[in-house]
Amino acid sequence: MNYEAVIGLEVHVQIKTRSKVFTRVGAGYGHEPNTLTDPVVLGLPGALPVMNKAALDAIIKAGLLLGCEIAPVCKWDRKNYFYPDSPKNYQISQYDQPICLGGAVEIELPGSARNVMGEHKRIPLTRIHLEEDVGKLNHGATDSLVDYNRAGTPLMEIVSDPAMHTADEAFAYLTSLRATMIYGGISDCDMEKGQLRCDANISIRPVGEKRLGTKVELKNLNSISFVRDGIAHEIKRQIGVLERGGTIVQETRDYDGMTGTSQSLRSKEEAHDYRYFPDPDLMPVVVDVAWKDRIRAECPELPFDKQRRFLAEYQLPYTLTSVLVWDRALADYFEEAAKLAGAGKAQAVGNWITNDLLRELGGARLTVAEARVRPGHIAALVQLVDSGVVLTNAAKEIFVEMFATGDQPGVIAERRGLKAAPTDAGELEQWCRDAIATNAKALAEFKAGKDSAINAFKGPVMKAAKGKANPKLVDETLRRLLAAM
Amino acid sequence: MSNAPELNIDHIAKLARLALTPEEKATFAAQLGSVLHHIEQLAKVDVTGVEPTAHAFAVTNVWRDDVAEPGLPVAAALRNAPAQRENMIAVPKVVE
Repeated sequence: MNYEAVIGLEVHVQIKTRSKVFTRVGAGYGHEPNTLTDPVVLGLPGALPVMNKAALDAIIKAGLLLGCEIAPVCKWDRKNYFYPDSPKNYQISQYDQPICLGGAVEIELPGSARNVMGEHKRIPLTRIHLEEDVGKLNHGATDSLVDYNRAGTPLMEIVSDPAMHTADEAFAYLTSLRATMIYGGISDCDMEKGQLRCDANISIRPVGEKRLGTKVELKNLNSISFVRDGIAHEIKRQIGVLERGGTIVQETRDYDGMTGTSQSLRSKEEAHDYRYFPDPDLMPVVVDVAWKDRIRAECPELPFDKQRRFLAEYQLPYTLTSVLVWDRALADYFEEAAKLAGAGKAQAVGNWITNDLLRELGGARLTVAEARVRPGHIAALVQLVDSGVVLTNAAKEIFVEMFATGDQPGVIAERRGLKAAPTDAGELEQWCRDAIATNAKALAEFKAGKDSAINAFKGPVMKAAKGKANPKLVDETLRRLLAAM
Repeated sequence: MSNAPELNIDHIAKLARLALTPEEKATFAAQLGSVLHHIEQLAKVDVTGVEPTAHAFAVTNVWRDDVAEPGLPVAAALRNAPAQRENMIAVPKVVE
């Protein structure tokens, strides 16, 4: 029998704010344990929460970027449960009136080859709500140690419809969602720091069946690749169970990315009874048109929109756009350089950035913003090559020195003697005449119509020029002289 | 006063992580029952035309700007912890 998988993802994304979502103490990662707490975080008696405006702005921005409807009114609910990660035995969340409804994440599936754009799809979202993150448990051999630094960090829960069918789609969904959040300045989405966390609900059903199968929740998927691998593994496992005549048990499983195996986290004896009720300490939030418009004005162009524009506006090949657009700083850098370099130079600019700049940045472990080579340097280098002042090999050398020193390419070319020579057309013409005069055989062949015979003259010319002659100029000069013979 | 029919004191005690004696169960079942009876009475009020709300006051959008301030010193934060180690609260090992 052929099976189809149905996958829904619940993604938690921490919002990058200075302070926590319902209190003033600082939010952050990597601090000494329990140094980011206050009476509200710890749920001490009498402590009262107050909303952080920046967290609301951020989730509205996330909603607008993903095409959600922003609810005119939303409220806060208490999700009640006892677990040491929650110091006050409830988590402030949004139950039946989330702030964002609907929307979609645009994804691109792998193309038939690396240089071919893959199929695009829109994965619909159910909702996005805002809640407070919980503390972190460090499980030891005999007890667990609780650190409440993370508790109270603003956290978005982004819930997709069960609308994905392959591990690749889930991978593409997370890649796109993550880029959207980073583009919007909403979160850094560093999965190692827990800024983006993903749980997957997976079920399978015979192809053609409309009803959903029993779902299994996969947890602890702590990298985007592990999400893909974990889902692929779980789909295979479920098909195996059914094919052996077994039934799928509704359970939560833990995927271990290092070993590529999963294990059951004891199926829940009873469904969670969270007894949600409105939090009496927090007043509802009303989002009006003016607020939405103000946030909309801050929304950046999204990666796929940028890619479509780069393809059309700069006529870039797909491979270049797919490197440039996922990093907002890199894409901005490219556009600035392309504008400075002038019409028709965008691809050359893109090549320098995606090959040489990224290679040097990687080697030096620097970000685009930290590079001493600025867009103006790239534009100047492209112009030097294009006008024949420096040759490609020399330009590569110039780039490395430009990256190290931040000097302008023209200055480096001068200092290092990397300019193409001769600049004197007369000298070049003499070398060409000499080369033709000393190779009668090639001359005869060329005259007889063998075009490639011209190459026989180029070696001696380049030798005379010590390798610094502009090949384009050499070719032109030779042809001019040969035509006159 | 009789218990409200939907009140399951065992379930509630479990959710609240409370180990109750049979006598306590009877006491709390009766007390919680009367709370539920009171709610039942409230439920009889005619609210036709009244918009549902989470709050009695028409106050919305109460917030503060995103400015971080120092919190509690670790020692103060951990003062109520029954057990602690490495500046963290030690709890029985629990994995959910």
